[in-house]
Amino acid sequence: MIPSSASSSAAVISRSRKETSSSTFIASILGEDGKGMWPLRLSGKSSISSVVFHKLPPTDTLFLESTTRILKDPIHSFMDFQVWETPGQIDYLDPQFDVDAIFADAGALIWVIDAQDDYLDSLNRLHETLVAICPAYPTVNIEVFIHKVDGLSDDYKLDTQRDVIQRTQDELTDNGLDFINVSYHLTSIFDHSIFEAFSKVIQKLIPQLGTLENLLNALCANSGIEKAFLFDVLSKIYIATDSSPVDVQSYEICSDFIDVIVDVGEIYGFERKPPAEEGEGVEGGEPAGAGSEAELEEEQEPEAMSLIRLQNGMVLYLREINKYLALICLMRKENIEKQGLVEYNIQVFQEALGRVFALQR
Amino acid sequence: MSERKGRKKKVLLMGKSGSGKSSMRSIVFSNYVARDTRRLGATIDIEHSHVRFLGNLTLNLWDCGGQDAFMEHYLQQQRDHIFKNVAVLIYVFDIESREFGKDALVYSQCIEALRDNSPGARVFVLVHKMDLVQGEVRERVFGERRGVLEERGGGMDVRFFGTSIWDETLYKAWASIVHTLIPNLPTLTAHLRTFTHLCEAEEVILFERTTFLVISHIFAGTTPNPHPDRFEKISNIVKQFKQSCSKMASFTAFTLRAANFSAFIDVLTPNTYILVVMPAGVAETEAVVANIGVARRFFGELEGMERRERGGGGDSEPDR
Ligand SMILES: Nc1nc2c(ncn2[C@@H]2O[C@H](COP(=O)(O)OP(=O)(O)OP(=O)(O)O)[C@@H](O)[C@H]2O)c(=O)[nH]1
Ligand SMILES: Nc1nc2c(ncn2[C@@H]2O[C@H](COP(=O)(O)OP(=O)(O)OP(=O)(O)O)[C@@H](O)[C@H]2O)c(=O)[nH]1
Ligand SMILES: [Mg+2]
Ligand SMILES: [Mg+2]
Repeated sequence: MIPSSASSSAAVISRSRKETSSSTFIASILGEDGKGMWPLRLSGKSSISSVVFHKLPPTDTLFLESTTRILKDPIHSFMDFQVWETPGQIDYLDPQFDVDAIFADAGALIWVIDAQDDYLDSLNRLHETLVAICPAYPTVNIEVFIHKVDGLSDDYKLDTQRDVIQRTQDELTDNGLDFINVSYHLTSIFDHSIFEAFSKVIQKLIPQLGTLENLLNALCANSGIEKAFLFDVLSKIYIATDSSPVDVQSYEICSDFIDVIVDVGEIYGFERKPPAEEGEGVEGGEPAGAGSEAELEEEQEPEAMSLIRLQNGMVLYLREINKYLALICLMRKENIEKQGLVEYNIQVFQEALGRVFALQR
Repeated sequence: MSERKGRKKKVLLMGKSGSGKSSMRSIVFSNYVARDTRRLGATIDIEHSHVRFLGNLTLNLWDCGGQDAFMEHYLQQQRDHIFKNVAVLIYVFDIESREFGKDALVYSQCIEALRDNSPGARVFVLVHKMDLVQGEVRERVFGERRGVLEERGGGMDVRFFGTSIWDETLYKAWASIVHTLIPNLPTLTAHLRTFTHLCEAEEVILFERTTFLVISHIFAGTTPNPHPDRFEKISNIVKQFKQSCSKMASFTAFTLRAANFSAFIDVLTPNTYILVVMPAGVAETEAVVANIGVARRFFGELEGMERRERGGGGDSEPDR
């Protein structure tokens, strides 16, 4: 299905460094093949941004059309940032191409390699790009996504990763660019790996990450929480977690928990007519009271919360923190029995978080 | 005796090799997720499985390998053995097949064999792998296939579904299939209605425990829900989540309080889960949990009674 010439491409995530608008991130996904010489398309750039930021079902990416121009996709979330996706056809090493427009504000460059295909061309292209770009823009994080690893055996995945790292480090050394730090991620849109990789990419661009971690550590310690993740609900990117080690299983369950909340919310979150108008006999004098209570609730916008009990005595507790963020905690059920305490601690956390983000605005 | 026979239902799963029969079976009954099915090999001859459904119904699934040589064998030498005593035939068509004409011909032959041996059987045709057809034209492509196949139904009772293992359409089709087999559905639904009104719920849905297929549902709200496909969607959502949790421990109960509704999912009986949706501000969590507790005892007794009637044991407690 995928032409043999198609093998790789690149993406850029960038953070604006203008002091005045320091909360703006710019993330770009650069198309990698240029002008016939680099006929490397279909590596999955559009699929990645559609699945992560627009909830496109992975199987529907089959029908995405090839990108023909730079797409700037503004993401309004806990922080505003942009994903720039460039088409395969552009050669952005071309002197006519405005490299500075892309990289000056960039926080990260994501390079997407199709691991199901012959990736040597793509890798050469990456190396050329690094040599050309890195000395001039040393603060841009370089993130290599070894993509489409679904359907590859674990051995093959690791061999590929080793090969990509080896070749890239050799190339950097040969060019005296050892100081450049490149991160590698094995990804697929068909499982959690793409969300986890994107989480790591974004976390590096959050200046307050350390503070967030400390706040989460304090919350966990004071409430008997074993693991806590702060998620951006729409993208399922986790922007911070406490400093205990991340175990893949609990991360995946928390990420799936978000899906459940969003999907069930979509089905039952529709606007109801106030019961007063329907005038059902049973409630008698109640409807007026119920109605005004509903109005009151709407004004205050109570945060959604959800609790899932597991058979091994653990619970997953989710609390909406604001319009964009949700906190998910994994804890023993004994510790949630003191729900008042947990609620209180979360409220303290929530206020602190508000101050952290207010500061940098 | 007739009771026993009535509760063991023979279900034939047929269709060309690679059309997705074993994939669907594995997802619905064996907790596979869609991407696991890529590892399935072709089925050799017939794989029999006995699936207990709701405790008192046993589905006797015959997953018939679909390679040409096998199909020929089924239609010739094994004709009686295969097509006798069938309650349901599920016939799967691969939407990507390049030889639809031939597929349709084999289908007619199977229908004929079925009509000769099990004239009362129901037929479900699943036009499968619809995810491979672009969204806008799915309806039309499905309609075309259906048009051709409808003429080959040989007077049997045939229903059509477009399905994919990648979305909730799978659950819609399979819920309809098992609905035709559940013996006491009207009684169950009547009790569910009573429960819905007693706890002033907006909606209550009853799911089978392992498959999470919808058994029955009651809506008692005043504002209609704008999502008519929500039943299969919830099956899909919860089934996937159960699968995800199972890496750590199985999931027993779920509560969600949102701005304008609350939802509760809990084990009801050894064979069922219940979903209760309450409008905002109507009831405290504790009240709903208590109501589910009452229903649990009641529905549990109902299920127990049926099991005793059948003469089987089965005293498993809900594991929570
Ligand atoms: N197996 C697999 N296929 C993928 C994955 N991600 C994307 N694809 C498929 O790869 C094909 C190309 O994806 P696109 O996202 O259009 O690629 P692109 O890099 O944007 O291509 P251009 O815009 O032409 O540069 C599509 O058919 C996707 O379904 C993945 O993780 N696994
Ligand atoms: N795209 C897509 N692929 C599917 C779907 N259902 C099954 N498949 C794939 O189809 C392939 C064959 O599926 P099987 O379930 O083994 O086919 P089968 O009908 O049992 O084949 P036999 O046992 O040889 O008769 C697998 O790789 C599945 O992943 C679907 O809804 N969509
Ligand atoms: Mg593209
Ligand atoms: Mg099979």
